[in-house]
Amino acid sequence: MSKKKPRPKRLPRQSMPEQDPQERIRNFNEVALGYTPQLAQAEASRCLQCKDPKCVEGCPVAVDISGFIKLVHEGDFVAAARKIKETNALPAICGRVCPQETQCEIVCVLGKGKHEPVAVGRLERFAADYERAQGEVAVPEIEPASGKRVAIVGSGPAGLSAAADLAKMGHEVVVFEALHELGGVLVYGIPEFRLPKAILGQEVEYLRKLGVEFRTSQVIGRAQTVEELLQEYDAVFIGTGAGLPRFLGVAGENLVGVLSANEYLTRANLMKAYNWPQSDTPTIRGRCVITVGGGNVAMDAARVAKRLGAQHSYIVYRRSFEEMPARLEEIHHAEEEGIEFMLLTVPVEFLGDEEQRLRGAIIQKMELGEPDEDGRRRPVPIEGSEFELPVDVAVIAIGSGANPLISSTTPELAVNDWGYITTDESTGAGNIPGVYAGGDIVTGAATVIEAMGAGRRAAAAIDDYLRGQAAERQ
Amino acid sequence: MKIAALPVGDSIEQIAGPLGKPTHIENYGTCVVLGGGYGVAPVVPIAKALSDAGNEVIAINGARTKAAVILIDELAKVCSRVQICTDDGTLGHHGFVTEVLQQFLDEGMAIDFVLAVGPTPMMRAVAEMTRPHGIVTMVSLNPIMVDGTGMCGGCRVEIGGETKFACVDGPEFDGHLVNFELLMARQKTYTDAEVEAHAQYEQTCKLESKIE
Repeated sequence: MSKKKPRPKRLPRQSMPEQDPQERIRNFNEVALGYTPQLAQAEASRCLQCKDPKCVEGCPVAVDISGFIKLVHEGDFVAAARKIKETNALPAICGRVCPQETQCEIVCVLGKGKHEPVAVGRLERFAADYERAQGEVAVPEIEPASGKRVAIVGSGPAGLSAAADLAKMGHEVVVFEALHELGGVLVYGIPEFRLPKAILGQEVEYLRKLGVEFRTSQVIGRAQTVEELLQEYDAVFIGTGAGLPRFLGVAGENLVGVLSANEYLTRANLMKAYNWPQSDTPTIRGRCVITVGGGNVAMDAARVAKRLGAQHSYIVYRRSFEEMPARLEEIHHAEEEGIEFMLLTVPVEFLGDEEQRLRGAIIQKMELGEPDEDGRRRPVPIEGSEFELPVDVAVIAIGSGANPLISSTTPELAVNDWGYITTDESTGAGNIPGVYAGGDIVTGAATVIEAMGAGRRAAAAIDDYLRGQAAERQ
Repeated sequence: MKIAALPVGDSIEQIAGPLGKPTHIENYGTCVVLGGGYGVAPVVPIAKALSDAGNEVIAINGARTKAAVILIDELAKVCSRVQICTDDGTLGHHGFVTEVLQQFLDEGMAIDFVLAVGPTPMMRAVAEMTRPHGIVTMVSLNPIMVDGTGMCGGCRVEIGGETKFACVDGPEFDGHLVNFELLMARQKTYTDAEVEAHAQYEQTCKLESKIE
């Protein structure tokens, strides 16, 4: 008989309670319900508390992950939230929309063995939600006023995180937003059922407490140019997002009923078309909706269509599941909700009736050929495989290009061949002194946390620049 | 409806702009500017700019009825001549603005530039009228827009077979290149919803007045 003590049985990764799929396809309420304190502590107990935590390296904003998880384990949830906020101003958002499975969780040592990684995202969300539910959200110490003013263009994830850091550093920060509500893609793009607007509103409120001023309905590039901002501000950060919808370029794409994902989601989310006619903006409620694309935006659109009453909501994607850029969790949620995946297919033509309303699509089947430059196998059309599908709404979710509103009115600003702003990668500095940029308008469509990382790096560089200016003058 | 029901002195929470491309102004010679309904509003500053650039500017200002004709004096200040039209004949010419334009053309007026702003069928009629004469004709398109910054693509229009966004590439385009049929179809996208919302709104108003 061995005298070896039996190893303590390791808890499995704690799943997070969710709304039942059959229930949630009839409402826009949040799908994931969040951990209870008990579940959170159980999950936190799984963390190995590595001496050299890999998860922190995996995080684009280097949150002290093992540190905050330790505090959750000990039951000091508010302290855990504050620990996250040392480096991440928007934890309730990141806990919900970050692709943890490719960042912090993929490098978790626990996940390297036969166990699943610690659910970092769920714990982050729990800590942030807990702190907020307690009422008073603490405002960190703000450095003495520098007397410098910074204009931030765009109130999406890049702009909000840059604003938070710069305000904490003692600078006067004014955020200009083109739309009438704050949050950028977080408010017009990501649906209520993934990121409730109330959560975003509270995070924005936190920035206001830090002293950030917000000005909505300000279309920079039109109402005011970047050059004009530079006369009033010591530095400008451009975080406008990609913001130019791509279309397929096939026949019939301008028919009534073919929409960009941006338009479809903006109507449904920002303008609350799901609540029409109590809200003022309608949307087309299709019976058979196809969403073209395989990213998170496509999943969002297909799931919105289902909630707006579509009998069939299809994802039409030209490659297979393996190549799909959407997060696994989003694909899984979409499947649970009855979204139908039409893989290895692409629409080659849209068909209209005599009133130019969409009535169908010609879909062509594809097969995977040789890998292309980014290593994904290239889809090749199968000749003669076209078939007709009756469709009354088609949502095009194949990505965004660079919106030229700012670059076209700031001719001296350097952009690349695709119109994205050219910056120094580590600082976000553009070619005009005092002008910085970050997020999708630099990288093209990416994730919320990557935009936040860019915003934070630029904030640090802007701080150096402004303090350098002040030192020169002395 | 809701905006129209606001009492004098009330406010609108937010307004964004100006958006889109500014009007291209040059010295064409003789310009005829047509405004239909509230489309007259943008015509006034454009007429002034054309006049300042050395053009002779003649305006045709049309509306449904006398009470709906707006900005007569403002136009008169910047135009050499203003012709009023009403559909019901209560003021000026009894009929459409296009009839006056046709009259000018029939009289052999040498027109170098035409601008039309108003309902889509009116702009289309103007463009068709000037096409055989080869007169440069700009129209100001008003497709349904969401954000006005080029982000949603809801305002797609076809200009010479190419897709453009009216909000950032326009709103003014060469009237001879516009696919008006598509524009009008797209403008009707939410007609059913508008009718339903209108009925609901009236219903609510009635109920509210009963409560009062």
